Amino acid sequence: MATDTMVRKTSGRQSKGLTFNPTRPAWKEPVSPLYQAIKAVVLGLITLSIVLPILLVVSTSLADDQQLVAAGGYVLWPTHPTLQAYQAIFSGQFMFRALGVSAVVTAVGTVLALFVTITMAYATSRPVLFGRPVLLMVLFTLLFAPGLIPMFLMVKQLGLLDTLWSLILPGIFGAFNFVVMRSFFMNIPQELIEAARIDGASDVKILWKIVLPLSKAVVAVVGLFYAVGFWNAFFNAMLYINDQTKFPVQLVLRNYVVQGGGLADQLGIASTPPPQSMQMAIVVVALLPILLVYPFLQKHFNKGVITGAIKG
Amino acid sequence: MSSTTSEVPPAPAPERATASTGPGRFRGGKKKASAVAGQSFAGQSFRVRWKRDRQMLLMMVPGVLFLLLFFYIPILGNVIAFQDYQPFLGIGDSDWVGFQNFVDLYFNPDFWVALRNTLVLALWQLLLFFPVPLGLALVVDSLMSSRIRRWFQSIVYLPHFLSWVLVIALFQQVLGGAGLVNNELRHLGLDALPFMTNPDTFPLLATVQLVWKDAGWAMIIFLASLASIDGSLYEAAAADGAGRWRRMWHITLPGLRSIIILLLILRIGDILSVGFEQFLLQHDAVGPGASEVLDTFTYFAGVVGGGWSIGAAAGLAKGIVGAVLIFAANKVAHRLGEPGIFSKKAG
Repeated sequence: MATDTMVRKTSGRQSKGLTFNPTRPAWKEPVSPLYQAIKAVVLGLITLSIVLPILLVVSTSLADDQQLVAAGGYVLWPTHPTLQAYQAIFSGQFMFRALGVSAVVTAVGTVLALFVTITMAYATSRPVLFGRPVLLMVLFTLLFAPGLIPMFLMVKQLGLLDTLWSLILPGIFGAFNFVVMRSFFMNIPQELIEAARIDGASDVKILWKIVLPLSKAVVAVVGLFYAVGFWNAFFNAMLYINDQTKFPVQLVLRNYVVQGGGLADQLGIASTPPPQSMQMAIVVVALLPILLVYPFLQKHFNKGVITGAIKG
Repeated sequence: MSSTTSEVPPAPAPERATASTGPGRFRGGKKKASAVAGQSFAGQSFRVRWKRDRQMLLMMVPGVLFLLLFFYIPILGNVIAFQDYQPFLGIGDSDWVGFQNFVDLYFNPDFWVALRNTLVLALWQLLLFFPVPLGLALVVDSLMSSRIRRWFQSIVYLPHFLSWVLVIALFQQVLGGAGLVNNELRHLGLDALPFMTNPDTFPLLATVQLVWKDAGWAMIIFLASLASIDGSLYEAAAADGAGRWRRMWHITLPGLRSIIILLLILRIGDILSVGFEQFLLQHDAVGPGASEVLDTFTYFAGVVGGGWSIGAAAGLAKGIVGAVLIFAANKVAHRLGEPGIFSKKAG
């Protein structure tokens, strides 16, 4: 900010066209302080609206009883941070199992999804037999959805109800991720691939040895997209899973926090800390993995991996 | 592999592959022509190509299998919309009833409530949600400090990656009956306000939730388009004496025209899907009168209520109308001279 204002002052004094200024294009006039201030306030408010609720939840989950009672339920900063709410929700088997279910579904789902998406995207990115009809087959899925009830009947027909596969298999391919991946593959210089072909490399080998090493960024992004999707999914669990021992974290969050169901007895414990902090602890358990992978995800946003595909 | 052996550098007349070999050629969608000169698939027999592409075909198998199992066969499953489907009989033995389910739907007042809510919410989203990312992108684009810019972008993209369950939970903790704001109101001796449960203000609440979650992320597309506008245009306009607002009107907005139209088409094609999880999660708190949308109607009528066929009928009607809308909107875009989302040539 400081350098920004300094530059603005100097360029204001001199004639605009001649000033060399690495941060501001030559044709842009200096901005009035009032406009600048309004902009800062707007951006600040937007930032607060996102940071504040998250801070509130994390802080309250860590606050101790006395502070919670004194503050009337919510705190923005825990004076004596304690993990008792977490100990409480993890004291029964229930939350542990939910965490395990979510972890397994996310890990297995992401690996399978990457496999299906990479193979499909690579095969249709090259001029091969049936490449075009298969591509159209994928793109059609962007226009139309089979609908909730036929999907439910299909999953039931396959005997997947009440198994973790019902949370994994329907999500292992996404047309959007496919498009991102494919357009990245198409931008790999074809000469490389043709040269390898002439040298006698098989298609599998080309994919594994040439294309994938060049595509680490897009594989990382798409993989993280899938992982976030699997972790966040709650409705498919509500639809396909009846057995409480197979509930993922998001469904627990929905049942016990959003719907406000009896928390303590389901988790198999007496309610020692105020339920407020336990609810918050569950929210944090669902939130934390996203916050942890987010820096890796957003590292790639500005590299144009995603936007390039959207435009292309 | 056999095809690559015939190396005839300046290929004779019908060879089109020789002309352009860059990757740009591939993006156009016509994929017959390979990059290597002299390689043409036109004259090859099916067997030769089959042999050559064996491994590629094998690679398509998992994806195609997925599409069949979880897309194309379920689409066929929509026939139960024309049946009196009974789970214990299955699709094969259930009675056919023609369009009876659609007639029932027509006379079902709940369906009309759901349709009305869907359209109302879609309109709110179009008016309130759609312009926000564009405005945000213009503001972010005008930020000079790249550090502030990066920080701000990181923060506003974040909510997109939170699940709807989390978003609703966060909103409840702040605005809910026992939430932060109402707590403070009570402390001040005021009445608590039912932000989260008032059916009358629900469309506004739902739109605010959507803006909070996705407006930042939706901005990313506009930012990319803004970055692709040629800077010399601004320079020339400034030299001609155009001020900031004139430049925005005459250069920035026309530069964004294509992407705005594209997103509008997508939105209109999707107008009957205003979001499912968001409304399902708040169904109990707000009541079906305000929060029932077509998707939740399908769920409650079909899966919860056991009216499989009527639920499927509602889902099918919605899907068909959505597909028709997206085609129509695309057509309008072509009329306006815009590429739209798909044309006959593009893949």
